[in-house]
Amino acid sequence: MIAAAIRTAREMGLVGCHVCGRADRPAAQRRCGRCGARLPAEGRRKLDAVWAWLATGMVFYIPANLYPMLLAGQFGKTTESTIIGGAIDLVSHGAYAVGAIVLIASVVIPLAKFWVIAHLALLTRRPARDPHRALRYYAVVEFIGRWSMIDVFVVAILAALVQLGFFANLAPGPAAAFFALSVAATMFSARAFDPRLIWDGASPAKG
Amino acid sequence: MSGLIACHHCDALLRDVSAPQGARSRCPRCGAVLTEDRAHSTDGVIGAAIATIALLGAALALPFISLRAGGLAKDAGLIDAMEAAGGAAWPLTLAVGAAIAAIPVARACALIYVLAPIRFGAQPLRGARAAFRLALELRPWSMVEIFIIGVVVALVKVADLASVHLGAAFWIFIGLACVAFYEDAALCRRTVWRMLR
Repeated sequence: MIAAAIRTAREMGLVGCHVCGRADRPAAQRRCGRCGARLPAEGRRKLDAVWAWLATGMVFYIPANLYPMLLAGQFGKTTESTIIGGAIDLVSHGAYAVGAIVLIASVVIPLAKFWVIAHLALLTRRPARDPHRALRYYAVVEFIGRWSMIDVFVVAILAALVQLGFFANLAPGPAAAFFALSVAATMFSARAFDPRLIWDGASPAKG
Repeated sequence: MSGLIACHHCDALLRDVSAPQGARSRCPRCGAVLTEDRAHSTDGVIGAAIATIALLGAALALPFISLRAGGLAKDAGLIDAMEAAGGAAWPLTLAVGAAIAAIPVARACALIYVLAPIRFGAQPLRGARAAFRLALELRPWSMVEIFIIGVVVALVKVADLASVHLGAAFWIFIGLACVAFYEDAALCRRTVWRMLR
C-alpha cells in the first residue's frame, strides 16, 4: 500500500480537503467534491485568519483581566474580584485545588495558547527542524483551548443564582464577556491554522 | 480521483482504505492517526446520539440546584436559571444555553441523520455530507464537560454564603459528559466519509 517514497498531494498537483481529507484536482469552484468544504486557493489555508483571530483574542484578554469578573457585597461593602483575584480568593479560603483549576484554565492555558499559536505561525516561515514536535504542540493547543471557558460558566451560574434570588450580594462583572470572546477568538485561531504548513518545508522523501 | 486522501497534518498522499480489523492506521510520514476500525462503532455513535437527546431532555426537566439558607429551601431547574439570568446577561445566557444544550442536540440529530440510513443499509440521505461536516465543526463548541467543572467551581465560591446542593440534573450532566467521551472514541470521521462517498 505504501510506496517507497511518500509523495505529498501538493507534489502530485492535488489538493487535500482539510475537512474530509479527499485529495482531488484543484477544481474551478473551489469546493471539495465530497464534503462541500470551501477549499483555499493555493491548497493551504492562509495564516491571515490565524493572526487576525489571535490578535482579537489577545486584545480581549486585556479588559478580561482588568475589569472585575465578580462583584461581591458583604456587610455593606462591595469587593470586586478580577479573574486572578478570584482564584487567589479561592486559594486563601483553603480551596487550593479549585483555585488552581481556575488559575490554570483562565491564565496559564490562554497565555500558553497565545504563545504556541504565534510560535507555530512563525515556524512555518522556514522548514521545521522537528515537525513532529510542532505537531504535538498543535494537537495540545487544539484540545485544551476550550477548557478556558470554565470561568465563563462560573459567572453564568452565579448570575443565574443571583437572579433566582439565592444571593442578593453577588453580581457578575463585565470581564465575563471579554473573557468569553477572547477564548472563542483563540479557538477560531487554532482551528484556522493549517498544520500542513509546518510540513511543507520538511523533506518529502523521509518516511 | 476518488480513493485518495491527503493526510490532514502533513499532506502525504495516501490511499483511502479502512484500517485492518480492530486496529488503527497511521500516516507513514507524520504518524497522525488516519482511521480506526472498531466493531459496532456506527451503532455506538448512534446510541450515544440518542442517549444525548434523552439525557438532555431529562436534565432540563429535573431540578439542577437547590439552596437552603435561613430555613428557606428552593429548587431551580436549568430552564428556570436561564430564564432568570436572561435579563441583562442574555448574551452570556444564550451562549451557555447553546454550549450545553442546543449544540449537543444539534450534533446528535446530525449524527443520527447521517448514520442511521447507513446503519440499515440504505443510501445516505440528502445533505448527509453537509450534516456530518456540521457535526464535526460543532464538536469543540459542545461544552458539557467544561460546564460541569464550572458548576463545581461556582458552588465552592458560594459555599460561605449559603448551602447549595446539587439536584438530579447535575448528575445527569455527568452522564452526558461520559456519553460525549464515548462518542469521541467511537466516531472515526474517515470511516464515515468513506461510507458517504
